[in-house]
Amino acid sequence: MNKQILLFFILITACSTNIFSKTIRVGNGERVTGIQQGIDMAAAGDTVLVTEGHYRQGNIIINKPLILKGINFPVLDGENKHELLSVKSPFVTVDGFHIQNSGHSSMVDIAGIKIYNTHHVTVINNILENNFFGIYAQQGRLCTIQNNKITASSDETHLSGNGIHCWKSDSIYIRNNSVTGHRDGIYLEFVTHSEVDRNKVQKNNRYGLHFMFAHNNSYTENIFRNNGAGVAVMYTRHVIMKKNRFEDNWGDAAYGLLLKEISDATIEGNHFEGNTSGIFVDGSSRIEMEKNIFKGNGWAIKMQASCMDIALEKNNFIGNTFDIGTNGSLVLNTFKNNYWDKYEGYDLDKDKIGDIPYRPVSMYSMIVERNPPAMMLFRSFITTLLDKTEKVLPSLTPENLKDDYPLMKPLAL
Amino acid sequence: MIITTNVSKQFGKLKALDNVSVTCNKGECIALIGPNGSGKTTLAKTILGMVVPDSGFITFNGKNILHNWDYRKDIGYMPQIGRYPENMTIGQVLDMMRDIRHTKNAQTDEELIETFGLNTLMHKRMRTLSGGTRQKVSASLAFLFNPSVLILDEPTAGLDPVASGILKEKIIAEKGKGKLILITSHVLSELDNLITQVIYMQDGRLRFHKSIEALHADTGETQLTKAIASIMTK
Amino acid sequence: MKKIIKYVIADILRNKIIIAYTVFLLAMSLSVFNLEDNASKGLLSLLNIILLIVPLVSIVFSTIYMYNSSEFIELLVSQPLKRRTIWLSLFSGLATALSLSFFIGAGIPILIYQPSSTGIMMLLTGLLLSVIFVAVAFLASVTTRDKAKGIGKVILLWLYFALLFDGMVLFLLFQFADYPLEKAMVGVSALNPIDLSRILILLQMDVSALMGYTGAIFRNFFGTQAGVIFAFLVLMTWFIIPLWLSLRKFNSKDL
Repeated sequence: MNKQILLFFILITACSTNIFSKTIRVGNGERVTGIQQGIDMAAAGDTVLVTEGHYRQGNIIINKPLILKGINFPVLDGENKHELLSVKSPFVTVDGFHIQNSGHSSMVDIAGIKIYNTHHVTVINNILENNFFGIYAQQGRLCTIQNNKITASSDETHLSGNGIHCWKSDSIYIRNNSVTGHRDGIYLEFVTHSEVDRNKVQKNNRYGLHFMFAHNNSYTENIFRNNGAGVAVMYTRHVIMKKNRFEDNWGDAAYGLLLKEISDATIEGNHFEGNTSGIFVDGSSRIEMEKNIFKGNGWAIKMQASCMDIALEKNNFIGNTFDIGTNGSLVLNTFKNNYWDKYEGYDLDKDKIGDIPYRPVSMYSMIVERNPPAMMLFRSFITTLLDKTEKVLPSLTPENLKDDYPLMKPLAL
Repeated sequence: MIITTNVSKQFGKLKALDNVSVTCNKGECIALIGPNGSGKTTLAKTILGMVVPDSGFITFNGKNILHNWDYRKDIGYMPQIGRYPENMTIGQVLDMMRDIRHTKNAQTDEELIETFGLNTLMHKRMRTLSGGTRQKVSASLAFLFNPSVLILDEPTAGLDPVASGILKEKIIAEKGKGKLILITSHVLSELDNLITQVIYMQDGRLRFHKSIEALHADTGETQLTKAIASIMTK
Repeated sequence: MKKIIKYVIADILRNKIIIAYTVFLLAMSLSVFNLEDNASKGLLSLLNIILLIVPLVSIVFSTIYMYNSSEFIELLVSQPLKRRTIWLSLFSGLATALSLSFFIGAGIPILIYQPSSTGIMMLLTGLLLSVIFVAVAFLASVTTRDKAKGIGKVILLWLYFALLFDGMVLFLLFQFADYPLEKAMVGVSALNPIDLSRILILLQMDVSALMGYTGAIFRNFFGTQAGVIFAFLVLMTWFIIPLWLSLRKFNSKDL
């Protein structure tokens, strides 16, 4: 019975759009060439189709619920002066445009597509090129940003804004986009209950994904490659991070994942490979790291002594130069059942768990932490010797930083 | 031919040579004798340029040998102990020396190589040779290039009597060709019939330089051993 | 001069220790490249062999060879040859022979398995380290008459370059931890050919980013063409100066 009512309701809604809404074609070769003019002519719920072409029509404001759709990616060119699409109404869809050359400003955040204080906006299948900000949601709610390709080429951070920027928003769904060459790929500030899934974020100048005071969000199955740092989560609670890949975030002070002053997070099933530091954690608490793979990083995890209640369980550490780095001797975190490829212990009772604990912090990594120029001695004989001595007679490395139940074989992840 | 003038050399506290002046002429066969540590080997080495004197100078055919190396093509030297790179064969050592001293016109003198029977051992490596055989190689090398001066440091030490005899014959023959031969030795009996002059050294000082006839006349002894002994007991 | 070099090389290449050294290097490099799952990891494992074994063998072997050749050197000096010619010939012979062993033992496997810029850099520094430590051995053996003392001296020298120098650097870094020493480290690295070689090789690998700010300074300096040329000039100086000093000493030495 319920099902039938639902079906009926959907049918009615579908018919009503078909019956009462009309489609307006605008653009080159049409009677109406001005896009803004077309929007002004349209009624709420109409579809405005823009034909193929190159449009230099300045700022376009969408102030009523409608679908703005491009045919064969019409180019909206801001001539480095204008913001292109300003969405100021709920229930708007922007679909299939090639939006380029927005203005740049240090006073206002000019974007390719900007959502102003509204809800239910869908930005889908667009190409954004060389804009100051790509897609900007300001106090948006229940918006979807999907399948967009966002690129910028500015080398200078101050000349480039963020690819997708959300501020004071709630329930934003960011899916399947690719973001390249911006300052931050995706930036969330005071954003809640949002999901960032399956995006490909590469070669951005600062962070691939950046959280600031953005609570109760999740991001899954994204790829962060070759950014200044992969993901930065700062001053944030309850973030869920699952099945992401953090790759090749390689450089001085580069991280796969930077966690600063965060709490109650879950980091699960992620893959960290080829980063200078896989994860850098500072001042954070109550984080569960489980079933992640750390492979070929400089430091798999750099955990500052200001962290507490971080639980590392069932992770694979393979081919990292240093497994764990830390700057103090106080350890309030737990390590359990991880696989460490540097573990040299034995398993006499054959329970697949090593009989002696593994200490993932090497003497040399402690030295470098205290005295960075000592990096000059990287891979020298003396550091190898120091590490071996420290294993026999621990003095500098934290006594309690150890995995009492290290696995003998890597987990299948 | 070789004139040393006021040559002095000090090794640490030890005065190895103290104001030594000697004159050696061609056609002479001079025995350089004296007790152990008297400076005879050092004198031979200063002539060869292996040891540079602290003061005094040495001339060879009228030319100062300091900073000179060319004059050594006229010298054949047989060291007291002959050691060679262990993995070289006798043939290679000889070839190398021929390469170093290649004088296009001069005929090499291979007599000793033949009489010592070295030509059947050409492929033997130096490390496999006995001390005596190595001495034979050293002797052959000294005579190989027909030098006008021969400096032989304890030449018969380690040689068996047959080889020793062959070497002596060779020395006499070369003396007959008008060459200057300097022999250091402490086995004085070996030197009878060979030498024409005696240089006797003690504590780095030249005690005397006399012809063998003068020595005989002075001491009334015909044998070198006895002549020297009578001087030393004086 | 060429004549002596030729015979010296022929002699050394038949030496059992040199043959063993070549075979050892060959076995190590082949096993390292075959056992490691990727070749650049193999290079890292080779790094320590090159930085430790090559200097050790070069310096100890050369020293022993020089002492064993003292009578031979005397014989050569009694020949119509300049001392300079004798000394440089022996040096060239030893340096060539040891470089050749290194090239066969490590160079060829590197060229086969890892002909990258890292591999080439490793090959070049390995060759230079061979030559440098022959030169240091020459200086040590010409200044020390006693064989046992001389060998002891070169083992200490090796220990100094391979370990003690780095220990001192570490000590100084902690003593002067309050000062910005990153830039000074570039100069310090020039004081030890082993350190300089290690840094040059590491900078070719992508692990260089791991070295943080210090690494960045090294990369800015040695990453440029001028920097690499400078580094190689420094390494050249490291064999030219000991060789020149040893030659001066040998020229006036009493044998």
